[in-house]
Amino acid sequence: MWQYEFMQNAWIAATVISILCGIMGVFIVARQLAFLTHTLSEIGFAGASFGVWLGWTPLNGMLLFTVLSALTAGTLDRDKPVKDTLISLISAFFMGLGVLFLAISKAGTAYATNILFGSIVGISHHDVNQIILIAGVEFLVILVLYRRLKFAFFDPLGAQSSLQHGGLISLCFLVMMSLSVSVVSQIVGSLLVFALLTLPAAAAQFWGHSVHALMAWSIIFALLGTWLGLACGYWTNLPVTFFITTIETLIYLISAGLHRYWS
Amino acid sequence: MKTPILIQAQNLRMQFDQQIVFQEVSFQIRQGDFFCIVGPNGSGKTTLIRLILGQMQPTAGQITRNLALDQMGYMPQFRNIATDYPLSTQAFIALKLIHNWQPWLTKTEKEQVATALQATRIWDKRKARLGRMSGGEKQRVYLAQAIVNQPQLLILDEPTASLDVHAKFQVMDVVQELNRAQTTVVFISHDPDLLAHYGTQQLDLTGGTK
Repeated sequence: MWQYEFMQNAWIAATVISILCGIMGVFIVARQLAFLTHTLSEIGFAGASFGVWLGWTPLNGMLLFTVLSALTAGTLDRDKPVKDTLISLISAFFMGLGVLFLAISKAGTAYATNILFGSIVGISHHDVNQIILIAGVEFLVILVLYRRLKFAFFDPLGAQSSLQHGGLISLCFLVMMSLSVSVVSQIVGSLLVFALLTLPAAAAQFWGHSVHALMAWSIIFALLGTWLGLACGYWTNLPVTFFITTIETLIYLISAGLHRYWS
Repeated sequence: MKTPILIQAQNLRMQFDQQIVFQEVSFQIRQGDFFCIVGPNGSGKTTLIRLILGQMQPTAGQITRNLALDQMGYMPQFRNIATDYPLSTQAFIALKLIHNWQPWLTKTEKEQVATALQATRIWDKRKARLGRMSGGEKQRVYLAQAIVNQPQLLILDEPTASLDVHAKFQVMDVVQELNRAQTTVVFISHDPDLLAHYGTQQLDLTGGTK
């Protein structure tokens, strides 16, 4: 399978995205933001459709919508939990908007399927470069903010009294989360973003006892899912997304089972 | 000889909208004090702590701090650590070490964590998951995190509220040892036994200092 350029692109993109998901996921799971990633991915769907309508790449449309949403949402205020009805309203509105943009762009159902469920083997060399660039910027920001992010996400109440610029840090994280949602959608599609952004990190919680260890396990689980998923997709000609989500679910269930058995 | 004043408050008044929380509150906290703040719910104990920490400004009056904000350690009243919380005790304590940027702990920082673990008598539990520890052990871990930067002033907001008698005195004995080693303690509690046993000064927000 290595002789095909589309498979080479897919492997590079999958590897970079898995490492990104492994790291970001640890913070997302620690602060229980799984459903926020889901909402962002639905906003991303509308953005991708908007991009298609304007003749851009879906990724650029997605980046525009998700980053604007993150900047508008502001900070992750612990004292003001977002209401379920508000999340439902935002999700429904943006999904509807996505359907509208796809209809008026006359892009067809194949395009909608690719955006919603992913098209890893359709990733171009240009897309790979863009994914590497975005992930690289995120790695750099995480490295600089690492200790503050750890404190704010693993002990929000303690950090509230000791950590200065907490609002700015959570805004930075929201923007990084929106960038991650956009690039991860390239693999598993906007509907299943949380499969890679939360499941490996959630499984890692059964194995790691420090933030470093959680990240290491989370990256390993994300890589296992995407690499095996790509190989299975290539051999069986069935959707890669199906294999990735199935493998990640199995890893989580096995980890949870072993954890319960040992304790 | 009197020890240096760390915190001095004069005629503090705190008011939210039309409601006065407290007024005409004056006190001094000196180095080495075990300073207790008492008062019923809603009397403004936590608000006063936030004034000391510089997180709020008083409606009227003045508060002077003769130490930097990062020389104060604070242990909040509530923590939401569930049983599935993944971090170990030592990883949790190290969260507060945010002054360096590198992702790994330096040798000095590892020593700081070890000192805090030993001072709070939880060294043996350093690798245990925080979520699985008992209430009293958790409180000592939170205390260890509050002292990991070796603060001059340690502020404890009802640290024993949900503990049984044995665990309560275990936590307080650790606090007393820290106080004897020259850490100034500000302690909020409703518990008259603890106040009588450990406190050297007392501010009653329903009226006056003792």
